[in-house]
Amino acid sequence: MRITSEQSYAIEQIVNKYRNLSGAAIPILQEIQNQLGYVSPQFIEKVAELTEIPASELYGIVTFYTQFRLEPIGENHIQICHGTACHLAGANAVIEAFESSTGAKCGSTSKDGKFTLDKVACMGCCSLAPVVGVNGKIHGRMTAEKAQKLARELKGGDSRGR
Amino acid sequence: MADRRFTIKVGLASCGIAAGAQQVYDEFANQLSKAELNADLILTGCLGMCYCEPLVEVSTDGHERYLYGNVGPGDVDRIISQHLAGGEPVRDLLVYAPGLDPEMDLYFAKQVRIALKNCGVINPEDIASYLKAGGYQGLRKALEIGPEAVIEEIKASGLRGRGGAGFPTWLKWSLTRQASGDVKYVICNADEGDPGAFMDRSILESDPHSVIEGMLIAAYAIGAGKGYIYCRAEYPLAIKRLRLAIGQAEACGFLGGNIQGSGFDFSLEIREGAGAFVCGEETALIMSVEGKRGMPRFRPPYPSEKGLFGAPTSINNVETYANVPRILQGGAEAYSKYGTEKSKGTKVFALAGKVKRGGLVEIPMGMTIDEIVFDIGGGISTGKAFKAIQTGGPSGGCIPASLGGTPVDYESLGRIGAIMGSGGLLVMDEDTCMVDVAKYFLTFARGESCGKCTFCRVGSEKMLEILERITSGKGTSEDLSLIKNLGEAVKSGSMCGLGQTMPNPVLTTLQYFAEEYQAHIDEAYCPARQCKALISYHIDPDRCRGCGLCAKVCAVGAISGELRKPYTIDSEVCVRCGLCAAACRFDAIDVVSRPKSAEASLGVAQ
Repeated sequence: MRITSEQSYAIEQIVNKYRNLSGAAIPILQEIQNQLGYVSPQFIEKVAELTEIPASELYGIVTFYTQFRLEPIGENHIQICHGTACHLAGANAVIEAFESSTGAKCGSTSKDGKFTLDKVACMGCCSLAPVVGVNGKIHGRMTAEKAQKLARELKGGDSRGR
Repeated sequence: MADRRFTIKVGLASCGIAAGAQQVYDEFANQLSKAELNADLILTGCLGMCYCEPLVEVSTDGHERYLYGNVGPGDVDRIISQHLAGGEPVRDLLVYAPGLDPEMDLYFAKQVRIALKNCGVINPEDIASYLKAGGYQGLRKALEIGPEAVIEEIKASGLRGRGGAGFPTWLKWSLTRQASGDVKYVICNADEGDPGAFMDRSILESDPHSVIEGMLIAAYAIGAGKGYIYCRAEYPLAIKRLRLAIGQAEACGFLGGNIQGSGFDFSLEIREGAGAFVCGEETALIMSVEGKRGMPRFRPPYPSEKGLFGAPTSINNVETYANVPRILQGGAEAYSKYGTEKSKGTKVFALAGKVKRGGLVEIPMGMTIDEIVFDIGGGISTGKAFKAIQTGGPSGGCIPASLGGTPVDYESLGRIGAIMGSGGLLVMDEDTCMVDVAKYFLTFARGESCGKCTFCRVGSEKMLEILERITSGKGTSEDLSLIKNLGEAVKSGSMCGLGQTMPNPVLTTLQYFAEEYQAHIDEAYCPARQCKALISYHIDPDRCRGCGLCAKVCAVGAISGELRKPYTIDSEVCVRCGLCAAACRFDAIDVVSRPKSAEASLGVAQ
């Protein structure tokens, strides 16, 4: 994947914005991910060139912190909470239901690009456990059945839109 | 009724919003704009009773308080017409009203709200609301008495670090104050990474100014000019409200240069954590704020001497800071009258798991576990037997129900192998497999090991392999002594808190639930019927109506049968996902785990 001129421009703007901040590497990478959706190795090269922070160090940061993704995200982002309360309330069954009905494994994107599944540590809504975040919206008291239904709706909804 | 003034508060913290509180708030706003009523609608934070969100509080002229729970947008009309216009509370939605339910009176009476004083009371997005509730009075007092007297006051209060370790707050401040250097920093650790903990999130979302004020007082006492709040990026609402609060505090002269004419300068910056549990450790957190990988480093030198960018730095947790203004304002004695000899004041807990009234509670230190679980939490939600609690997340221990009389303070919990932790308190019932719980926490901690120390990196992996063996019925008796030795070695051979505490869930379950480990090993039997390799699903032919729903939901095609006749599950194909049992409307699918000896005496294996 080559870097487009729009992406290149966006990265320049972001680096400029944080020019005077000490310890700016993480905020720069976070904002790149916010704006462009991910942090590809090409983006890292570009940041290294502009900031003179070695690319190896930036790559080290991106792979150390779970927030960063090196690849673009699917159409639907499903974050399945696997905090303790959710684990006790049956998060594993929810994970399996999402995996089997979307075709994606946790931590990856389905082949059709429709779903990215992520297992997250705790969303802090323990009283609604098990909890799932679908495109930023939190769904509480999930069951395997509800998960299957949600995945079906998201699949159907998108194809109708085309 | 028109002469009475009503206040309607809707709890809009993350869990309220997840349960649909925003729609309820919008519906109130919409209907109240059309009705001729003497009522104020107020956005507020976490009321603490997460188990019945969305929550709406209706009060009259600030006196009588009525709390409605599980409120939907469709209920708004009734609350307005019946309660506000008609003066008659809507009984079926009430969760609390004066004299309504002695259980709920106990729920409130047992709690002491100091850190949570404003949570669910004030509007977190409006500094005026904070000021009206006595906000920034603690800072005023601090500026009056001077830095050294501030540290003395905190010392007299007995406040210890609420992040879990319990280090005396005054000492941290005093050491940082005494350290040489012109530039000093304060940091707020809001990297609440323990799964099952949401105290810090709730405080930041419900009362952000209390944390800012606490940091201001700390900075003033230490002589720091700049502060950082390191907050998890997973908490967008907390970050949003913090940003808003910082902007308002700057506009009102509580942040910036020459604060309130005192000559004291202080500015505050938010840094978003990027998702690494180890960054809750202070030296790793400092690395992360510096823009690097969050790898802990050896101490000494402690951050109080050489911290952020090499300068003396004091790091405290959100809850610790939230207590500070209240101590300054109310005096050390009013704070230290709560608690035990060595653990003063209160502690906030996020009560979750199999408990009826899950949510955020604040208790005086020294209250027993049983009081928290039963008097406040209302007991076990499933109606089954209380088995254990877990405190301190992946660093903490599992405490059996038989030790429910243990007082909750730093020393008592330490004596039984557990820790206070940051405040996650998980309640477990008899359906919880303790070996599985230990495996869960270890899996989490292994994934979060930064990899620097061999014992933590490799030891966790090896311990997990043993637990995998045990939960799949392939464990041996030697595995138990092996995992215990390994656990002790990881504790002593790791540099930072993550590695030093990671074996705790394993070691405490081994200590208190040895027979459960033994059942997995000797009998290939999981008493709680959780470990997949040791359970199977069966359809009871008497209860099955032959509707075929189970076969339809099964993702692997393990269920077959004819309509209106009992279906059967092929155990060879079944992946034990539980979809069928969840879908069955006749409760006809049983989860079974049989001890080896029982199988043998049956003569046939099913």
